[in-house]
Amino acid sequence: MATYALQRLIQSLFVLLAASIVVFLAVYGIGDPIELLVPPQASAMEREEMVRRLGLDLPLWRQYLAFAWNAMHGDLGRSFVHGVPAIELILSRLPATLELVTLAMAIALAIGIPLGLVAGLDRDTPLSRIIMGGTVLGYSLPNFWKGMMLILVFAVLLGWLPSSGRGETAVILGVKSSLFTADGLRHLILPALNLAIPNMALMIRLVAAGATEAKAQDYVKYARAKGVRPGRIVRRHILRNILIPVVTVAGIEFGSLVAFSTITETVFAWPGMGKLLIDSIYQLDRPLVVAYIMLATFLFVSVNLLVDLLYAGLDPRVRLMGEAA
Amino acid sequence: MSATPAVPRADTALRRKVLERLRNQPTARGALVILALIVAAALLAPFIAPQNPYDLTALNVMDNRLPPGEKGMAGLTFWLGSDAQGRDMLSAILFGLRTSLLVGVAATAAALSVGVAVGLAAAQFGGRIDALLMRVVDFILGFPSILVALVLLAAIGRGVDKVILAIVVVQWANYARLMRASALVERRKEYIEAAVNQGLPTLYIMRAHLLPNSIGSVLVVATVSIAGAITLEATLSFLGVGVPVTEPSLGLLIANGFEFLLSGEYWISLFPGLALLGLILSINVVGERLRRSFDAHRH
Repeated sequence: MATYALQRLIQSLFVLLAASIVVFLAVYGIGDPIELLVPPQASAMEREEMVRRLGLDLPLWRQYLAFAWNAMHGDLGRSFVHGVPAIELILSRLPATLELVTLAMAIALAIGIPLGLVAGLDRDTPLSRIIMGGTVLGYSLPNFWKGMMLILVFAVLLGWLPSSGRGETAVILGVKSSLFTADGLRHLILPALNLAIPNMALMIRLVAAGATEAKAQDYVKYARAKGVRPGRIVRRHILRNILIPVVTVAGIEFGSLVAFSTITETVFAWPGMGKLLIDSIYQLDRPLVVAYIMLATFLFVSVNLLVDLLYAGLDPRVRLMGEAA
Repeated sequence: MSATPAVPRADTALRRKVLERLRNQPTARGALVILALIVAAALLAPFIAPQNPYDLTALNVMDNRLPPGEKGMAGLTFWLGSDAQGRDMLSAILFGLRTSLLVGVAATAAALSVGVAVGLAAAQFGGRIDALLMRVVDFILGFPSILVALVLLAAIGRGVDKVILAIVVVQWANYARLMRASALVERRKEYIEAAVNQGLPTLYIMRAHLLPNSIGSVLVVATVSIAGAITLEATLSFLGVGVPVTEPSLGLLIANGFEFLLSGEYWISLFPGLALLGLILSINVVGERLRRSFDAHRH
């Protein structure tokens, strides 16, 4: 196990290194930030001073080395536009994204699991056909358009909910969040729902497939023959066995929710990390884009590593294969 | 899976059965008809569109943001309304469908070719080559496609060709992994062994035996992936890093209507979105049915 863990850890570090080089080179191509930062009336001297201060006159590999060295010390550069450390700016937007993603995941699970059970336990009823048909619609709807239609219906036509922004926030236990105020919650509903729908469809399909499979297993038949009440069979015997893949997928999907919140945040003007990324791309704020991607890479690599190690812990075959390779 | 020795050619009975199953399903049949209509409308756009939406001289700014059904200055009826430049939405949607379909099909075809070649090579040569190729695949699949495409396009700029490139970069790895898995199963079969023992050249075996017999499931996945590619293009264009403003795809049309949505001018975003949804949904329904029939006959 220790050998496997070490192997995977080293692999993950290589992935981070490769990603940092690829991202650095890719983002290096985004326009010339000097044009954007120096006022047109600036003299040639002021211009040169600016280039030197930002380190843009150095050869590419030196810029990368400086970047990598600083990154290892937790410094991912200063935002060209805002003039503050990029990492600080991103982290200050993190809570807004996290509350959105958490609520979306909660909605997806709270609605997806029961609907999946209903659809999976008896596939031939009209209701389960409607649910399964709905899932196709759920993952076919383009995320950004669905968000705009939610705004059109609930904010413009019905006027029930606000269309943009984060609303009021409150601080509880040192955490500032919209989840703690009524106004904040009203602002959260539409974006969270928009983010949740594709995942809800995924959960329904996962649970339905699991329920159909589990229902045919011997231990379920045995429980039924023993006279266990149907509700208890579903809760204790079927649901418990489905939950393992559901939890795994929910964990993996958390990362992709963070990525997709970029779109939802743009549509609903939600001041999270994703909107910051899009704004930074428009403003050619190179250090911020690089910092965001590095942070996201770190997040995904860590999650993948964690999932793999958990699997290896649960299933001995995985680590045996890893050691043989 | 039964280990019957070798059907050396992609078997046509299977294909016929799959198509038959498709015809017997009312939902899938409906989706297929809608898909055919959408594709036909896109192909015929220059002949059936009331207006050429790219010809700026044909547009009249006085006709801007007319609600659906209103008549314009030149007597043309705007059945689906007009946008901020006085462009007929119906024409814009028909031409936008062309861009969306072109990007979706071209990107999927290119990604499929790259992925199949890589997957086939990994399965055939194994060892270090396999390990190296699959590391690269894992690396790419470790990131959400939307983020990779977004950053890539931010770096190289917008354009139809660049969007296609970005989609290929994020999707080929998927096909490579599927093709490798499929080819590894096929390679253990007896007819491949027979071909190897006959001393046939490796490249010939790969091209004439391995490729046609293991590509089936990958092709089925590719049909559904066209929908994914179209969605990705629309999303990137919506975010402002996709196709150029001069050739609006459906995603860009929707984005253009965003600023007017809050004042209730819904049609600029609603109708292109419905067209996009119709396209994606019909591809998904047809693709899903194909996949299920294919799986059912395989196992």
